[in-house]
This record gives sequence, structure tokens and C-alpha cells, in this order.
Amino acid sequence: MSDLNAFRTEVRDWMNAHLTGKFADLKFRGGSGEGDVLPELRKEWEQELARGRWTCPGWPAEHGGRGLSVAEQIVFQEEYSRAGGPGRMGHIGEGLMGPTLIAFGTDEQKKRFLPGILSGTEFWAQGYSEPSAGSDFGNIKTRAKLDPETGDWLVSGQKVWTSLAHLSDWIFVVARCEEGSVGRNGLIFLLMPLEQAGVEIHPIKQISGGCEFNSVFFDGARAKAEHVVGQPGDGWKIAMALLGFERGISTLGQQMSFQQELDLIVEISKENGKDRSPAVRQRLARAWIGLRAMRYLAMRVLSDEPSAETRREALAYKYHWSNWHRELGRLAMDVLGMDANVVSDDPRRERLQQMFLFARADTIYGGTNEIQLNIIAEQGLGMPREPRGKL
Amino acid sequence: MILEFTPDQQMIREEAERFLREKSSSEAIRRIADGGATHDAELWNSISRELGWCAMAIPEEFGGLGLGATEVAILMELAGARLACAPFWSTVCLAAPLIEAAGTEDAKITYLGAIAAGEMAVTVAYADLSVADPSATVAVQASACANGYRLDGTVAHVIDLAVADVVLVPARLDDGTVALFALARDAGQTIAPLNTIDATRPVATLGLAGVEVAAECRIDAGGVSADQFASVLRHANLGLAAEQIGAAQGVFDLTLAYISDRVQFGRTIASFQAIKHRCAKLVVDIAEARSLVFGAAAAMSGTDTAESALEIAGARVLASQLQFLAAEEAIQLHGGVGFTWEYDPHLYFKRAQASAALLGSAEAQMDDIAAAMFGDGGRP
Repeated sequence: MSDLNAFRTEVRDWMNAHLTGKFADLKFRGGSGEGDVLPELRKEWEQELARGRWTCPGWPAEHGGRGLSVAEQIVFQEEYSRAGGPGRMGHIGEGLMGPTLIAFGTDEQKKRFLPGILSGTEFWAQGYSEPSAGSDFGNIKTRAKLDPETGDWLVSGQKVWTSLAHLSDWIFVVARCEEGSVGRNGLIFLLMPLEQAGVEIHPIKQISGGCEFNSVFFDGARAKAEHVVGQPGDGWKIAMALLGFERGISTLGQQMSFQQELDLIVEISKENGKDRSPAVRQRLARAWIGLRAMRYLAMRVLSDEPSAETRREALAYKYHWSNWHRELGRLAMDVLGMDANVVSDDPRRERLQQMFLFARADTIYGGTNEIQLNIIAEQGLGMPREPRGKL
Repeated sequence: MILEFTPDQQMIREEAERFLREKSSSEAIRRIADGGATHDAELWNSISRELGWCAMAIPEEFGGLGLGATEVAILMELAGARLACAPFWSTVCLAAPLIEAAGTEDAKITYLGAIAAGEMAVTVAYADLSVADPSATVAVQASACANGYRLDGTVAHVIDLAVADVVLVPARLDDGTVALFALARDAGQTIAPLNTIDATRPVATLGLAGVEVAAECRIDAGGVSADQFASVLRHANLGLAAEQIGAAQGVFDLTLAYISDRVQFGRTIASFQAIKHRCAKLVVDIAEARSLVFGAAAAMSGTDTAESALEIAGARVLASQLQFLAAEEAIQLHGGVGFTWEYDPHLYFKRAQASAALLGSAEAQMDDIAAAMFGDGGRP
């Protein structure tokens, strides 16, 4: 424990020493609903983190990380968020792409791609969802065709909800490589540069007015032969493993941000008198309880050797935090009252308004509420699977 | 910090679960609940004397095992799952913490020793367990008399009074001090069992009409302070919350078994998404409440007692809401038979309502949390 405390102090000191000067503008920015804010400065910040060896601290040392334990990673996330560390531009590379390459990549792929992620110089986007493959991820229609001359793959189709594609350098794409295959069979996992002929990126303006998401159109775009991860046909396996690498440690940082939002609501309610409403007080108390439970829930499910019970609880985690956060958005607006509807440059109000709007996405991305409940029922409780339709 | 059970805790859990599945079966509960008995004497004997559950959290110097809140919560959760009809909560989560907090050294040796040895069921006659400071609502008056003290007053709802070998009675002295008396069953008090809707936990009224007790019956070391009461309530609330989430899991397990067998329209009703989603939501609520219960248990030994009290209050809020929800979903998902006496959901449903009112409502707990969040000391 005392080692953890020393580590905590180390992170805190580093953040306080480095989140200064031009980077001070980044404090508490780039979070929920602000993914596209100050991108260039945030990329520089990634490089600043890299100089301190704070990118990818959970990766094994042999691959350039610090090999931190789960407990240390939690401490890092907490202190990063407490200091106001901005939303991480490198999150997809660090949390998803890197661990996938470490597990499944060739030595050449690791040598080519891990350094760019570690140094905060190459940024990744995730090419999973498609217009007709949202919850039904197996319904992927984007095609990859082998170019017999080069061994490269030529990709055509459309990906959607691609976070920060317009600010990224590379994208990993799951595409169908076997003609006539359906479902989870016949998929391929490809690494592709976004800067090339045959790739077009169209931002999607979202409910909150910002543009974090994109549609990415591929028209004969090229993935090099050596940029296939695993074998053609392994796409589903690798895509699922990739999702498994996100164990939720980064959500501990997210919880610090939730706490700040809750604190803001309490502060505002004291100022505008809503703190005298018994109903508002009860809702705020319930929010506090939910957040505290969320913290302990994360600590239970992050265990290295989960029991059947904690595995089931892990399935419940996303549903819990996303619905809690969505409800907090409503509570924030109810506390703001008439002001909630008025756009202003008051940063507190702006933050809560953005949160209110963006939280509607929380219960949709990464598996909708309805899909989460299916997963809990089927995988957690062993209840019968949903029948598939024929359309 | 990672929250997981140690191998020892895991073992306690598995053994207790196995034991209770056998000894506190539906048939066993019904023998008590339908038979008008106060408790399952055989079960209590096994728990207290043979398995040593009551010794779990008693300090080693008084004959206990010196384990912590987590072990007690593990046992309470499992006892709740089977609606175990035994005075375990009152003895371990209410009476023992009170003696430990406020008792004299002699009293600790006597009573904690007897509890640890499994020889004594003890309860506490709080006048109003729903307020943060029970010392303010003590309903019994104590005045000095020739042989000791004379006690006067009535405590309406005392859990497990009809079972307990000893009842602890906080009573106010003429100078305002709250003293604590330990009364054996034959001390002259009246015990009037109440006919309760929840038949799995006995409640009785304690009557003290000028009962004279010897000076040795007074067991506090210079009065019971509000802080001491508060510490007792933390233990009592945490144990109750653990029991409540256990009961929720217990009735949920019954429900899952039923809907997996019940066939309508040529398929099990468990295959309908309307039902799957309701069950999945219960998993979310169970995960939330269980996490707070065991998180609060792990944090309880820390130094920040105010923070700990809030976490435990929060655990009670979640556990009360969850226990009721799980029981009402059980009735609904059992359909018609869920409304019958024959099937078990009603036992859990009634217990849920009775437990929710114990030690104060969820609303009162949330009022306390809000008061702490706003730092304004209470209700607007």
C-alpha cells in the first residue's frame, strides 16, 4: 500500500509539473462530448506524456510500457483525472490497437506500429461499425479483395461512428474477405493508413453540435499484405479479443470526471437554491450512492481472477455507468432550471450541457442498453439466446 | 485497490452456502414461518455452537476469531439468501458491537465470551432505530433504587426479543446519561410477541413496569455516547444491507429456476426478451448493491468513520430498493403461483418490506447523505 502511495505521489507530482504553460489550457478538456476539442495541442500533450513514459504504462516493459499492475494503473488513471488531464487522443492506440498487436501481431507489425503509439506521434481510429452493422456487428458488408499481383487487400465500403478519424493517421478495419460469407466467418482484420486515395472522411455533426464521429468511405483503398493481423478469416476472433483488452481501467479515470460533474451540480444547486428542494436532494444523494457503488464495482470486476459472480457483474458494468451518467445529465439540467436551455460561455454550465447531450450516446455506443441486457441475460445468466431473423 | 475475497473468505463463503442450502431449506423455513415458532433452534445451535459464526468478528481476547466486517457481511448475505430463521443479525451485528463499544471490561468478558462461544443470543431494545442518534430517543427511564435500578418504559418493536437469552436495554438515568442494562429473560420484563406479516423474523414488545434490577445488570462503562451508538448502527446497517442483497439473490435464483422450467407458447418463458431484460436489470442492481456493501465493508476499518457511515447508508438504500424489487419481480414472473402461499416469493416479499423499515427508511438515509453533500446539517 505504501508503494502505491509513493506511486500516487509520483504521478501527481508529474502531472502538476507538466500540465502547465500552454498545456494548462487543456485542463479538464477533451472529455465526454469534447473529443474534438483542441486536437493539435492534445497531440502535443500525448508527446509530453510519452517523454515522461506515461503513455501505455500498462503495457509490458518488453514492448515499451512500464508493466504497471492493475492497482497501479488505477492509481494512474485517478491521479491523471484528478489533475485535470485532458481526454486522451491516443486512447484507441494505447488501449485497443497496441494490446491487439502485442497479442496477435507479427514482429514486424509490432516494430512498425508500437513505437508510434508509445511516442504519441501516430493516432488510430477504429473501423468497426457500419450503417447496417451496429448492434449486429456480424453483418459487416465492407469488402476486402485480394490484389493477386501485390498480395495487398483492396477495401471498399463504409464505416461509421469512427471516433476522431479526421484527426487520426491509421485505422484498423474489419472487412469481409471471403465472397459469400456471412456472420462471423470470412472476416479480415486490416491496418490501413487514412491518408490515401480511396479513403474519404465525412464528419458527423452530433446532438451536442460537435463532430467527434465520422463516416469513413473506402473505394478500393489499399491495405498492404503485411498489414493483415492474424490470418484472413480471423477477423472476428481478433475483433472480439480487441474489445476484451479494454478492461475498464480507463473508466476509473472517467469516474473522477463523473465526480467533478456531480460536485458541479451540488455547487450550482447551492447557488440557485435548488438545494432546498427535498426531491433534488434525494436525487443527488442517489447519484452519490450510484457513483460510489460504481467505483467499488469497477474494483471488483478488475480482479485478475474473477469468480463466476464477478464475471457476471463485469457484464453489468457498462449498463450501470452509462445509465447512471445519462440520468446525471437530466439531474444537472433540472438543477440548472431555465438556465439549462440557454447557451452561455459559463464553463460550468457549458460542461453540464455538453454532458447532458453527449450522455445520450453513452447508452448506445459500445453496445446499446438493449444489447447489454441481452449479453447479461445470455452470458451472465445462461438464458436462451435471441432467435435470428431471416431478413 | 482491487476488491476481491481472500481464499479464506472464499472458503467461509462456500462452506456457509453449502450448509445453509441443506439446513435452511424452503421446508425448514416453512416449519418456522407456518408453524408459529420464533426461530429454528436446531439451525441456531449449529450456526452458533458448531460453526462458530458468532465468534467471527469478536476480538480474540474475548474468545472470538477477530475477523472483520467482510466476513460478517459474507455470512449475513448467505443467511439472507435462505431467510435463515435465527437471531444471528441481532446477536452479531447489533448486540455484540454495542457491548464492544460501550460495555465494561467485565461485560465484554461475560457477554462477548458467551456470544463467541455460541451460548447466548442477545438483542437490543432500541426505541427508535431509524434516527442517526438513538441516544436522543431512549424510551426507558432508569432510576437508582435500594438494590440497583428501577426500569420503566416500553419498547414497541424489538427484533428477536422472543428468542434472545439476553436483551440489552439502553435507559436514561435521571442525570441524562444513557446507561445500558443487560436483562436475562427472567428479570421481570414482559415480552409480548407481535403477530407480524413477515413470519421469518420475530418482533416483540418489551415492557418494563417498575422492574427492579441488580446493580450488576448495568454493563456500560460510564454511559453510552452518541458516537458509540453511531458505530453500532454502522455495523447493524451493514449487516442488514448484506442480508438484504442476499435475500434479493435468493429470491432471484428461485425465479430464474421457475422461468427456466415454465413453458408457454411452446417455449420457456425465460426465452422471452421482456423477461430476459427484467432479469438482466436485476443483475445490474445486484452488482451495484453488492459492490457497495462489500466496498463499504472493506473500507469500514479505515479511519474516516463519517465517510464510512455514508457508504453504509448508501448500501442500505440500494439494498432496500433491490430486495423489494427482486421480490416483486419474483411474484410477477412466477405469475399466478407467485400469488400463492405455497410458493416462496411471498416470504421474501414480506421480509423485504419489513427489512426496508428497519433502522430507518431509504429516504431518511438519503437525507443524511444529502446533508453531508451539502454540509448543511440536514433537511431544508
